[in-house]
Amino acid sequence: MKKLNLTLRIWRQRNANSPGKFETYQVRDISPEMSFLEMLDVLNEELTKKGEEPIEFDNDCREGICGMCSLVINGIPHGKLHRTATCQLHMRHFKDGETITIEPFRAKAFPVIKDLVVDRSAFDRIIAKGGYISVNTGSAPDANAIPVPKEAADAAMDAAECIGCGACVAACPNASASLFVAAKVSQYTFLPQGQPERKRRVLRMVEQMDREGFGNCSNHGECEAVCPKGISIMNIARMRREYIKASFS
Amino acid sequence: MALAGLFWILFLIIHLLGNLTILTGNPATLNLYSHKLLSTGPLLYFLEALLVIALVLHMIYGVTVFLDKRRARPQKYERLRSKGAPSKENISSLTMIYSGVLLFVFLVVHLLNFKYGKVYTVEYDGVVVRDLYRLVVETFHQPLYVVFYVVIMILLFSHLRHGFWSAFQSLGLAHPRYTPIIYAIGILLAIVLAVGYILLPIYVYFFVPLP
Repeated sequence: MKKLNLTLRIWRQRNANSPGKFETYQVRDISPEMSFLEMLDVLNEELTKKGEEPIEFDNDCREGICGMCSLVINGIPHGKLHRTATCQLHMRHFKDGETITIEPFRAKAFPVIKDLVVDRSAFDRIIAKGGYISVNTGSAPDANAIPVPKEAADAAMDAAECIGCGACVAACPNASASLFVAAKVSQYTFLPQGQPERKRRVLRMVEQMDREGFGNCSNHGECEAVCPKGISIMNIARMRREYIKASFS
Repeated sequence: MALAGLFWILFLIIHLLGNLTILTGNPATLNLYSHKLLSTGPLLYFLEALLVIALVLHMIYGVTVFLDKRRARPQKYERLRSKGAPSKENISSLTMIYSGVLLFVFLVVHLLNFKYGKVYTVEYDGVVVRDLYRLVVETFHQPLYVVFYVVIMILLFSHLRHGFWSAFQSLGLAHPRYTPIIYAIGILLAIVLAVGYILLPIYVYFFVPLP
């Protein structure tokens, strides 16, 4: 396949307190088989050789399961491909000569640390409020000791697929974290292990979400569209049912 | 916000059904209907009070969403666009605050024009009732008012297009099978209400002569 020459407009920001701005870079002979992050690696190598500061961006597993990569690519978190994290977005989906604009996720609760890296520890603090079960699990129990219906296991797994990348917040016109919190609340509602802390979990996690300064959900549904795991907004409705039930009992 | 919105939609349906009596061309139908409605007294006041409370709560929540949204993203994107389906983001969902504020402005003007507007009277079988029909015909013969009314009703369509399904989703009443049906009903209802209300000034302006 033909190699690509691209123009990149990338948000550069020295630290959380300095104002950022877009810088324009050219990259040449990009293999269409590269991932988006590998393309940025190429650029960073060139910048390093020239003695310039490389561009900071988050990444870890590079196989779409860790939730570390981010980026808003041409106005869409994780880019235009559905159910794909930035690390799994390949350069064959771009045209030769194209200009690509890359911005960090933007939300008050996700402050920019440097360039394209944002601090997503607000999610960790929400998880710390109830995204777990507090029982001593000991050694691995017998798989069939607690029967779970297939449908319940599937539904729990669908919610548990959330990798906590924060694209839902980035894409939401209100910068709401509802899809993330809904996924983390939902996954336990289907399982017997999640029952003892069911009410406390939803109340405390929602309270922390609000405290972190995320916006409110007004059902645009953009979060589901950009979610690399396709987490459904049906989970948000479930979170609301859980919240209403927990508030009135 | 959801419950208040749905309550107002219910009101809009009943209000439209009452207004459609104008299409009979007989002034007595509207006048006697409104006379009967007013004579229910306390029940009517109770429902009116509920509507006011619902509206105030609806507006407080709506403005809160708008203000929180601005606070939650102080640094705007240079460009943020919709990724398309399954997203339900559209011009309606993104402009709820604006369509809402304009609908409220309309509501005030509307109440001043009709409910608290000029009082004509007419007598049917010895009973003196308010001649609302005459006021409606006179008002809908002002071209500017008709345009204003039609534009606002298009905004009503926009507000309900997102508002109806959104209310169900907010109440947790969502299901992979039924939510698409609720969404479709919302759009249908928005069209029926908007077209229904638009029909009235258009009909009066073009087909009903001034008394």
